[in-house]
Amino acid sequence: MTRQLGEIWVYLSATPLLGLTVTLLAYLLAYRIYERVKFNPLANPVAISVVLLVLLLWVTRTPYLTYFEGAQFVHFLLGPATVALAVPLYDQRAKLRRLWLPLTLGLTAGVLTAIVSAVAIAWALGASKQTLLSLAPKSVTTPIAMGIAEKIGGLPSLTAVFVILTGMTGAIIARPLLNALKIAEHPTRGFAVGVASHGIGTARAFQVSEEMGAFAGLAMGLTALLTAVVAPALAPWLVAFVH
Amino acid sequence: MLQALATLLVFQTIGEVLSYALALPIPGPVLGMALLLAYLLLNVRAVDALRPTCVELLKHLSLLFVPAGVGVMLHVARIVDEWVPIVVALLASTALAIAVTALVIHWTSRWLGDGNAQ
Repeated sequence: MTRQLGEIWVYLSATPLLGLTVTLLAYLLAYRIYERVKFNPLANPVAISVVLLVLLLWVTRTPYLTYFEGAQFVHFLLGPATVALAVPLYDQRAKLRRLWLPLTLGLTAGVLTAIVSAVAIAWALGASKQTLLSLAPKSVTTPIAMGIAEKIGGLPSLTAVFVILTGMTGAIIARPLLNALKIAEHPTRGFAVGVASHGIGTARAFQVSEEMGAFAGLAMGLTALLTAVVAPALAPWLVAFVH
Repeated sequence: MLQALATLLVFQTIGEVLSYALALPIPGPVLGMALLLAYLLLNVRAVDALRPTCVELLKHLSLLFVPAGVGVMLHVARIVDEWVPIVVALLASTALAIAVTALVIHWTSRWLGDGNAQ
């Protein structure tokens, strides 16, 4: 009556249940580790979860697409979560009204820097054209960056990887970098992290303070908006110029 | 909580529909966020019903990036081939973007005589 373990595995891995369950378990474990090291940014929970899941899929020889059938339910929530950023923003409305001009200028400078520097540096070091186009929207939150990549001729799934790596990089380097630049104000710090490293930077900023998180979230939304406008115009020109 | 989730989805849908119908470059969820902010500013009491769910959702924002991150396994060969430009570009460009954004805000808010720094 008992089925073989292999058979059970085949049955389970064909349902979305498994991808969803392992994603949540991996994240809970990663978050436990993150707590244990007192929220040291080096132990970024996204990084740890991704490593755990890649190892699991590799050991069990599960294709990514099979995993994603379950994990897409988590991925989908990125949309509603972006909308939800309106609430912390509403709470910061007084500061927002006061700071809108410096924030707009910072946003424009930061978005252009993120796109141009990523493409230029990777080009100078010999990256392929497809890698360059996939790098251009790397500072934008995942689903939107993937859409932009598709529009400009990059590889959406490669862009997703660059987006995650960028987010983790920003979450790790923001504190020492901003301290070295002697930037102390929470709205400025949060906004800079949000421009460069979208939701992963925003998640990190929320851990420091509500205020920092709200401004990071605002920056994440505005960066997505501005990059969606600028990248399709800028990227082909940049790549034609460098190639 | 259900009502809050429905509100978020409704605003996202409005955002997506507007963005698609008017062929706007603004992504649907971003437009949804802007519309929800406008709605909250007009309806002062609406935020209380939304806050608990939104705070909970945003507390675990990192989790939502995990499925896309696992996609790294599809691109191992390319990343191994081009790891130098990729790593240097991501590190340097992220640091530059943070520094430029922060410095521009810092300087301009000083010039404008704003009381941001306190």
